[in-house]
Amino acid sequence: MKYIIALLLLIPTLSSGQAKEKGREFPITQLKTLDGRTISTSDFQNDGKPIIVSFWATWCKPCVNELTNMSELYDEWKEKTGVKIIAISIDDARNMTKVAPFVNGKGWDYEVYLDPNSDLKRALNINLIPHTFLLNADKQIVWQHNSYTEGDELKLFELVKQLSEGKTIAE
Amino acid sequence: MKSLLNLLIALVFFAAFPSNFAAQNILTDQAELHGNFQLDAQYYNVDTLIGAPLVPEKILSNGFMNLWYTKGNFSAGIRYENYLNVMQGFDSRYKGSGIPFRFATYSNDKLEATVGNFYEQFGGGLILRAYEERGLGFDNVLDGARVKYEPIPGLIVKALVARQRAFFSLSPGILRGGDIELNINDAFFAGKDFKTRVVFGASALSRFQDDQDPIYNLPENVAAFGGRLNIIRGKFNIAAEYGYKINDPSASNKLIYRPGQALNLSATYSTKGFGLLVSAKRLDNFDFRSDRSAAGNAYNINFLPAATRQHTYNLPATIYPYATQPNGEIGYQVELSWRIKKGSLLGGKYGTEITVNASGTNGLDKTIAANDTLGYESEFFKVGKEVYFRDYHLEIHKKFNKSWKSTLMLLYWVYNKDVVQGLKGFGTIYAPMAVLDVAYKINDKNTIRVEAQSLLTEQDGGSWAMGLIEYTYSPNWFVAVVDQYNFGNKSEDLRLHYLTGNVGYMKKGNRIMIGYGRQRAGIFCVGGVCRNVPASNGLTISILSSF
Repeated sequence: MKYIIALLLLIPTLSSGQAKEKGREFPITQLKTLDGRTISTSDFQNDGKPIIVSFWATWCKPCVNELTNMSELYDEWKEKTGVKIIAISIDDARNMTKVAPFVNGKGWDYEVYLDPNSDLKRALNINLIPHTFLLNADKQIVWQHNSYTEGDELKLFELVKQLSEGKTIAE
Repeated sequence: MKSLLNLLIALVFFAAFPSNFAAQNILTDQAELHGNFQLDAQYYNVDTLIGAPLVPEKILSNGFMNLWYTKGNFSAGIRYENYLNVMQGFDSRYKGSGIPFRFATYSNDKLEATVGNFYEQFGGGLILRAYEERGLGFDNVLDGARVKYEPIPGLIVKALVARQRAFFSLSPGILRGGDIELNINDAFFAGKDFKTRVVFGASALSRFQDDQDPIYNLPENVAAFGGRLNIIRGKFNIAAEYGYKINDPSASNKLIYRPGQALNLSATYSTKGFGLLVSAKRLDNFDFRSDRSAAGNAYNINFLPAATRQHTYNLPATIYPYATQPNGEIGYQVELSWRIKKGSLLGGKYGTEITVNASGTNGLDKTIAANDTLGYESEFFKVGKEVYFRDYHLEIHKKFNKSWKSTLMLLYWVYNKDVVQGLKGFGTIYAPMAVLDVAYKINDKNTIRVEAQSLLTEQDGGSWAMGLIEYTYSPNWFVAVVDQYNFGNKSEDLRLHYLTGNVGYMKKGNRIMIGYGRQRAGIFCVGGVCRNVPASNGLTISILSSF
């Protein structure tokens, strides 16, 4: 077992010796739109401005809190930094049909996608939701955070500002 | 172990000697290795009063780590899991440690090919869903090969052959199947902006398992078919999914030869500030397993979630949650939600959100046919007399100002314990419940939240009250104290408090949580799976990390 892990850990070092400091590539996976289309995460686009990707579900209270709190600040955030928020629901067949009415009911102005069998959640190695990612101009992950407590969105916006000013993310 | 070696060989091969079709990416893209990790452990105190089972090991733990490697169009990964020994409340068939998950995938814009383990669902999962709920110890991942292909935009074709994971071994049954999904608008009317969108899907799956039964002549190849249709027009969305399974005598259906059927219907209408959902479902002999003798939450091929609201507040979520009866049930759900506008009398400065939900499930109307190998007859649209479950509730959420917000929930439940839990002599439980959740934000970083809940019933274990105080310090800390009090227990000696304290620290993709106290026996459900957790008393620790 130890050898296998050691070997696996070696592979990236062997094949990418000239690795430089940069973010993690966002995995390419298919998602569903609320109107039944299939899209790829490679279609995420915000013209070189930061993107926040937030994983949630209709039954997840802290997730809904996070998205509701950000929703109240979203216009101001967009104006200041051009940031875009993408909300990805992992609701499965039990609750998937509730997502559109739920989002409408809350009045959220986000791009909302469905990940009904958690393929993207798994590709991003998420343990539990809420889990939030911050993507830079090249759509690479430069920061992530799991769970949500009231006020976390302010910290997140500080990081978005750093990013949009071209600084490196520093916690 | 041997297959893992093969995988590694393939992996090194891909990394070192890129073949033509992947050459460009392999040479230019950077290799990345990511993963996640989780360890849960508990030290168990002896507590005979609450009926906590004696744990000779004193300490039990579950752990896993995923490692995923990606480079260009290629990805591969493994998951190591250990259960030393498996924690209380999880299936005891999780024994020891091993690598039950390893895969390699090649993908480009149109094609994706995977060998090894993969998760998959056809449509809503009515005839196939491989998924994991790690918190419940459920994982029915497939092990075999799968190809996904998109020949034209709007058309996705999938084909697979696999066996299914069962703990640290594989199912006796072999699954072969395929699925097509056709988005009519994207496939035939690309670029045209029609008001109506139509998505159609069809799938088929066959399970092979040899018949070694000395008495019964059992079908070795059992086929199941699924069809689905989704029509979206403006604010309306209508979805229907139907499944059919040929005769499949099993331990679950008590060896009857009746074919199985399943139907899910739903319609939603929603606009800014208003949402309406109406859904109905019928299941008839639709338990589909990769081992016909299977029992418990294992070897499940298809996904049959309960058509009820998924609750998260403690008492409604864990005392009497409904679990789907795959052998026969018929039910409905209606949910209406709206938002009273900001600035109105009832809306206040931030608006008020109201949700009303009603759901009900009954048994099928069955006529038992004597000496008939089909088992019974049942009229499709007729609702049986036996009540399995009812949930009527009202939820009001209101933010008063920058500091205060609150949720009030009132519920009334009817729960047929004998049917839902497969027991005898408990009968039906009638339980009104109430939940009040109030959060006070002291400033940008500090918040206090209080919950008070009650469940009133004369039956079963009697009435419960629950209280919670939670303090969070953004973005890193939380502390919570929870007390659950079984004040209505018929036996005075069992009117006990279950007091627990938890502290957690979060940073980036990491979280550590420590808890101490008594935990009530409960049922934890996510999606279609429920887990019975026995009462316990002790120290718990949970560490998780995503990297």
